[in-house]
Amino acid sequence: MNALAPLAAVQGCDERPVLRERGQREVFCGLTGIMWLHRKIQDAFFLIVGSRTCAHLMQSAAGVMIFAEPRFATAIIEEKDLAGLADANAELDAVVARLLARRPEIRLLFLVGSCPSEVIKLDLSRAAQRLSQRFTPQVRVLNYSGSGIETTFTQGEDACLAALVPTLAERPSGAARQLLVAGVLADAVEDQFRRLFAAMGIAEIGFLPARRAGAMPEIGPDTLYLLAQPFLTETARALERRGATRLPAPFPLGIEGTTAWLRAAAEAFAICPARFEAAITPGRERARRALDHSRGSLAGRRVFFFPDSQLEIPIARFLSREMGMELVEVGTPYLHRDHLAADLAMLPAGIQLSEGQDVDRQLGRCIAAAPDLTVCGLGLANPLEALGLTTKWAIELVFTPIQGFEQAGDLAELFARPLIRRAALEV
Amino acid sequence: MHLTVWTYEGPPHIGAMRVATAMRDVHYVLHAPQGDTYADLLFTMIERRGERPPVTYTTFQARDLGGDTADLFQRAAHEAFERFKPAAMLVGASCTGELIQDDPAGLARALGLPIPVIPLELPSYQRKENWGAAETFYQLVRHLASPHAPKPGAPRPPRPAGRPASCNILGPTALGFRHRDDVRAVTELLDELGVVINVVAPWQAAAADLARLGEADFNVVLYPEIAGQAAQWLKRQFGQPMVATVPIGVGATRDFIVEVARLAEVDASLALADSASRLPWYSRSVDSTYLTRKRVFIFGDATHAIAAGRIASEELGFTVVGLGSYSRERARDMREAAARYGLEALITDDYLEVEAACAALQPELVLGTQMERHIAKRLGIPCAVISAPVHVQDFPARYSPQMGFEGANVIFDSWVHPLMMGLEEHLLGMFRDDFEFHDGAGASHLGHGATTPPAAPVPEAAAAAPAADRPILLSWAAEAELELKKIPFFVRGKARRNTETFAGERGINPITVETLYDAKAHFGR
Repeated sequence: MNALAPLAAVQGCDERPVLRERGQREVFCGLTGIMWLHRKIQDAFFLIVGSRTCAHLMQSAAGVMIFAEPRFATAIIEEKDLAGLADANAELDAVVARLLARRPEIRLLFLVGSCPSEVIKLDLSRAAQRLSQRFTPQVRVLNYSGSGIETTFTQGEDACLAALVPTLAERPSGAARQLLVAGVLADAVEDQFRRLFAAMGIAEIGFLPARRAGAMPEIGPDTLYLLAQPFLTETARALERRGATRLPAPFPLGIEGTTAWLRAAAEAFAICPARFEAAITPGRERARRALDHSRGSLAGRRVFFFPDSQLEIPIARFLSREMGMELVEVGTPYLHRDHLAADLAMLPAGIQLSEGQDVDRQLGRCIAAAPDLTVCGLGLANPLEALGLTTKWAIELVFTPIQGFEQAGDLAELFARPLIRRAALEV
Repeated sequence: MHLTVWTYEGPPHIGAMRVATAMRDVHYVLHAPQGDTYADLLFTMIERRGERPPVTYTTFQARDLGGDTADLFQRAAHEAFERFKPAAMLVGASCTGELIQDDPAGLARALGLPIPVIPLELPSYQRKENWGAAETFYQLVRHLASPHAPKPGAPRPPRPAGRPASCNILGPTALGFRHRDDVRAVTELLDELGVVINVVAPWQAAAADLARLGEADFNVVLYPEIAGQAAQWLKRQFGQPMVATVPIGVGATRDFIVEVARLAEVDASLALADSASRLPWYSRSVDSTYLTRKRVFIFGDATHAIAAGRIASEELGFTVVGLGSYSRERARDMREAAARYGLEALITDDYLEVEAACAALQPELVLGTQMERHIAKRLGIPCAVISAPVHVQDFPARYSPQMGFEGANVIFDSWVHPLMMGLEEHLLGMFRDDFEFHDGAGASHLGHGATTPPAAPVPEAAAAAPAADRPILLSWAAEAELELKKIPFFVRGKARRNTETFAGERGINPITVETLYDAKAHFGR
């Protein structure tokens, strides 16, 4: 499993054909990113400026989470706000003042743009500046857009983190080189990676976002960053504007991805190979044993991915190379060739890649191909099951810890379970 | 701007989707941004439908906003027609589509499709889901039934002798709380009366069925929030009277039978004597005596909340201490209903107001929506669900109507069950210090060896109540506090509140065991 070295040559120039489609897209908007972002940054509040539809989406997506005093809410635009923009700003200020008075523990407030607020051109970045001045130093107010017209599902996290990057403190000049890991990871996964990097001997390490607003990492020209998630286009751009340098790597899914991802950091920090191997061997061996449980269910089975989160390509790479699955079509809402170069290069030749969506056409292809397993959203899953296809609903992949060695077995099992269930049911 | 986390109703286009999805051959083309397809999963997941809802979204993105969104809409409408071959099409915009002002009606008309195309104007920034469903159903009925309407003022021809009376059942939709089973329950009632069912709509109706609505002798309006407007129009156009009683509860079902029998000119006595309802006997059996004057708080849509009020007071012997609804459209009906119990109706769509009212009243049972279920859980009060919005568990596999005599059975069971659970939990709590029930002893069904970690202390109802409700200076003697803990947790909040009110009024401080019992004697129970 030393696939990375020979692949470095083809990074960034994978020219395999991609089917680009436009039409109806059956995807979430970026607002849904708030579901996991607000759990991660424990003293941040996400205020959506939008319509009743936005609030309804959030409660439909949040399920029962909505009752646990969540740190998000919607300021619903009403008829009177549409009459004149000046009013809308005053209304927003009043809503924010009321909110912050009720939640004094909040240190970071995101004003999150939606389709309605973008279309009426409500200037939330100016509102954020204005409110930041008013509530400084207790609360910093930032803004980003999670609208459906601009963002698809996980791109909401990208927009949020990109808004955060300009506020990171500058690393003092002459400070030691720092490793920064960008992208929300479950706390347990973050802690595992922290321990692995420490065991390798990388001392200076930051995670973006941090768990608290006051503990965000520093950044500077000596920062090397690893993307933990494949959907961070804008965040990467913002990090580079601050002088940081990206370490190209496949994403840390499965044994191969995790090993190569960790190795990218180890090589950049000139960690000796023996120490690297010593640090990762126990985890990698455990992952090997864990993957064996699911291989029998997955090997040789054909899988079809509808676009959802941009995780499709690295997961397809894992399923094909480590679990022996056959890829029928791998759809992604948006393909960043550069960030995904290493993963793309590891995909088998001749598979169908697609970017964007025309859902009815794609459904036609899926049904015609009759895959053993279809990865899709909850709007499509039951209708496909009713047609006799076995599905794995994709949203779980962003809510469940799947990165790193200790989660590799869980990741495989997410795909094995629907197949095992289909085989078990006799009615 | 209105700050909210939870909304009782979705935007009006969700209401339109509920009507379109309920029907068989109607397709809805919705001018909406990418992301609005989230609504599909309400139908595929909560209602567990095996088909996608018949909705095509334009899913425009920022790059489309330059000027070709109108073209995008036309293409989507045209392709939807070609692909799905519907018998009628609904066209409209969601909240963002409304802002970009593309005029779906005009654009669809320009396509010249060979089917009725019905434009929907759903003001998303003023109205909500139920209004959207009512408006959509009304527009469908008006467009499809109009061509068959008699001339204005023409008298309705009398029903030929010997032909049984017929009616339409109006209002059941997709994603409706127990609509599937209510249709069956009401159909059975009407069958028993010998009334022929002409059309059920929108539930599983075809567009052609709506064109036949005028052929029935009268209309049964199951859910006034959704079918009221269409039924009014049918009354004006076709002279069809409507049955306004919603048959939820034994009394309401009997009233419904009498009303239908009068319109159909049939004998109601057989149907009225129906012994299918066990509620009257269950409610009379001595086991139910402890239900007497249980204080109940009711909140939901107007139809279900009003019906629940009547069942609670007349059929189960509860005392209704709070009644409210998020259905602003029916605020007047709600106020009238509340006045019957000497109450002021709570009309709000702000769950925090509902929570505050509930906390202040400390009822012994809450009947409400999914939201009230969570409020009640926080306050430690038993609760049953009587109205949408509901989650997946309230679209059950088993037959569980709310309407008719079987509906009354379902209601008896589902309302009494949480009270029984509350009582059981209290008994377990009381015996917690008993050697067999101490925290370290596992549940008996796990066998003797099993142990469980000590349970977290049962949250007290009073602890969750806003602190501001309690006078700050009052304190409880340790002994009195212990005595209070012996009271079942689901009435403990009320006992604490009563005692503190009693003590506060009389300047008693600290509260002793004596005060507790003095207050109990003063307030009764």
